[in-house]
Amino acid sequence: MFKKALSLVLAAVMVLSLGLVFTSCSDSKDDFKLGVILLHDEFSTYDLNFMNGINAAAEALGLDETQVIYKKGIPESNACYEAACDLVDEGCDVIFADSFGHETYLIKAAKEFKDVQFCHATGTMAHTEGLDNYHNAFASIYEGRFLAGVAAGMKLNELIANGTIPEGTTPKMGYVGAFTYAEVISGYTSFYLGAKSVCPDVIMDVQFTGSWYDETAEKNTALALINSGCHLISQHADSMGAPTVCEEKGIPNVSYNGSTVSTCPNTFIVSSRIDWAPYIKYICEQTMNGEKIDVDWTGTISTGSVVLTDVNTKAAAPGTVEKIADVKAKLLDGTLHVFDTDTFTVGGAKLDSYKADVDTDKDYTPDTEVIKDGYFHESEFRSAPYFDLRIDGIKLVNEEY
Amino acid sequence: MNKAEKHIKEPFMRVIKRDSISWQKAILVRALAIIGSLLFSGIICYLLIGANPLKLYITLFEGAFGTKRRIWKLAKDLALLLCISLAITPAFKMRFWNIGAEGQTLIGCLASVACIYYLGKGMPNWLLIILMFVAALVASALWAVIPAIFKAKWNTNETLFTLMMNYVAINLVAYYLLKWTPSGSSTLGMLSEGHLPKLMNNEYLLLILVVLALTVAMYIYLKYSKHGYEIAVVGESENTAKYIGINVKKVIIRTMVLSGALCGLAGFLIVGALDHSVTTASAGGLGFTAIMVSWLGKFNPFTMILTSLLVVFLENGADRIVTVFNINDAFPSIVTGIVLFFIIGCEFFINYKVIFRKKEAK
Repeated sequence: MFKKALSLVLAAVMVLSLGLVFTSCSDSKDDFKLGVILLHDEFSTYDLNFMNGINAAAEALGLDETQVIYKKGIPESNACYEAACDLVDEGCDVIFADSFGHETYLIKAAKEFKDVQFCHATGTMAHTEGLDNYHNAFASIYEGRFLAGVAAGMKLNELIANGTIPEGTTPKMGYVGAFTYAEVISGYTSFYLGAKSVCPDVIMDVQFTGSWYDETAEKNTALALINSGCHLISQHADSMGAPTVCEEKGIPNVSYNGSTVSTCPNTFIVSSRIDWAPYIKYICEQTMNGEKIDVDWTGTISTGSVVLTDVNTKAAAPGTVEKIADVKAKLLDGTLHVFDTDTFTVGGAKLDSYKADVDTDKDYTPDTEVIKDGYFHESEFRSAPYFDLRIDGIKLVNEEY
Repeated sequence: MNKAEKHIKEPFMRVIKRDSISWQKAILVRALAIIGSLLFSGIICYLLIGANPLKLYITLFEGAFGTKRRIWKLAKDLALLLCISLAITPAFKMRFWNIGAEGQTLIGCLASVACIYYLGKGMPNWLLIILMFVAALVASALWAVIPAIFKAKWNTNETLFTLMMNYVAINLVAYYLLKWTPSGSSTLGMLSEGHLPKLMNNEYLLLILVVLALTVAMYIYLKYSKHGYEIAVVGESENTAKYIGINVKKVIIRTMVLSGALCGLAGFLIVGALDHSVTTASAGGLGFTAIMVSWLGKFNPFTMILTSLLVVFLENGADRIVTVFNINDAFPSIVTGIVLFFIIGCEFFINYKVIFRKKEAK
């Protein structure tokens, strides 16, 4: 018995060591490599959206699967730095991280490995750090939200016309948010303004969950908003919580980060999302050609970074597709601005001037004038959103988050 | 052999308790369990993703030992897990089921970061580090002693109490993150003060040495000190302890203060040497994994080095499998689960013997 077992162990060890010899001989032909650091994995809609973009870009560039190296489930801690170092050891030329909290740890790696390019989505510090190999990126998703808002406003008009919203009742939308963070505020405000542009009487309640991903909290929050009389729900949080509740209750839903039509065939109207493929393609190409990557890169509708999913004609109001195309054309040619100061008021007054906190510092001091030529210049002074105004018509149910 | 005897049917197999087992044999059984579990994981992986099992094992080893940096990371991860395992060991030896190491560690992190946040500017680094150290130990000890006092005074259930305290700790961290980040991002990011010094230009070395010293100290404390003896007696039988004049309440409270303070040390090391920040996930589940490490190591600090090595090896190796085969992030947990299942299962074969029916002589 003992001898048998011993020979088994020895055999296993020999097989393993043989394997080690084999792997050390492998060598790749094309030496460009992209490293990707993800907060979760494909089961989070947030990370899945990045993975889809990366895979599309890799396909367009003809990269094989050994040239894109994923690190999944990397928390916002020193583990991000460790993952980045490991990717450098693997021979990555560009390293991309997808979560806001990765930023400071990625900068730590960027300072150590000057020959490798580090790109970070949603971050705010690249333009003040002054490193040649550290870059931020985001997209003007507020334009996508505005278009989705137009679809929402048209749905409300339909509900008013067919009597679902009785006469004398103010049409009200509900919005499930994560935190009172500029990215979220910019998102729900542009959504509201989009709806208001076609349904002028609309008001909106925003309720926060205090988490980016908490399916139960998102469900409960959506339910609370529906019970308080909201006629339509949208959300900025990463789970399927809110869309599922809407389908159960038969309340129209405008989604985010991708279509939820398969789970919500009767209530899903449209969804806006950021397509990361153009940015990933851009950073890979620049690095392959030895050219510089922009410190702050903002994707737009015209770069193909801000996209809407197909409109679900079963739930949307008639004419939605045409109306969206019409508004989109105006946004593209510059005749329409999302944050036009004529379309909203703060504390009952129109704004002529506003200083936003664009440069990150510990005390969050407002430092940059962002209202010029009659509109709020979002995502121009850095890629990540900084619109954090509380405009009239939107009520924050729980501001503590 | 007569006819009557032939009719008594001997069962095909039966199980009898072993009186004792030689240590060589015990090690052999465990080694077989580990190899068996790896083979089983390989089969599972082959069935799920169709990967070559051989390549799978190679990847597992590469992930843990593949580069110099990975070996250092392995040593660091091992030290951190061992530190928290050592922290809960005295409590577990006393049969006080401290499931709250996660929260106690997190509170240590929070206290350290609070020192940096409020006092970081305008204070010499060495003084700040001392303050962080003291604050972390005191805060975590307090966090641990609350359930201990309730247990000692009113005999409340410590398993539930310490478990609940984890969630209180997590939400306390969430609260301070909201308070400290007016922009609403709830992300503090790396703070620039209060960094522990690097030894020989290595970020991890100091942390590893501290835990090594702690391992030796804990071994001596449990084996040779009067406190260690009292812990063992209380764990075996509270009545015996009372009978021989041990103040059980005092021992419970004192041991939990120690347990909590050592979790605080782990929290301090996480902040001072690694993260320089805090999130609700700073303890990263180590507080729960530590329970397994401590149990499997039979509360012996030196054996626990091996059990934490096993767990960390599996996790780091399986992380690499996720990367190479581009599969789901749940995979490391699956492998760790399979291996632990086999190891715990093999204890059966160490304690019991299986006897099969012998072939009848013709």
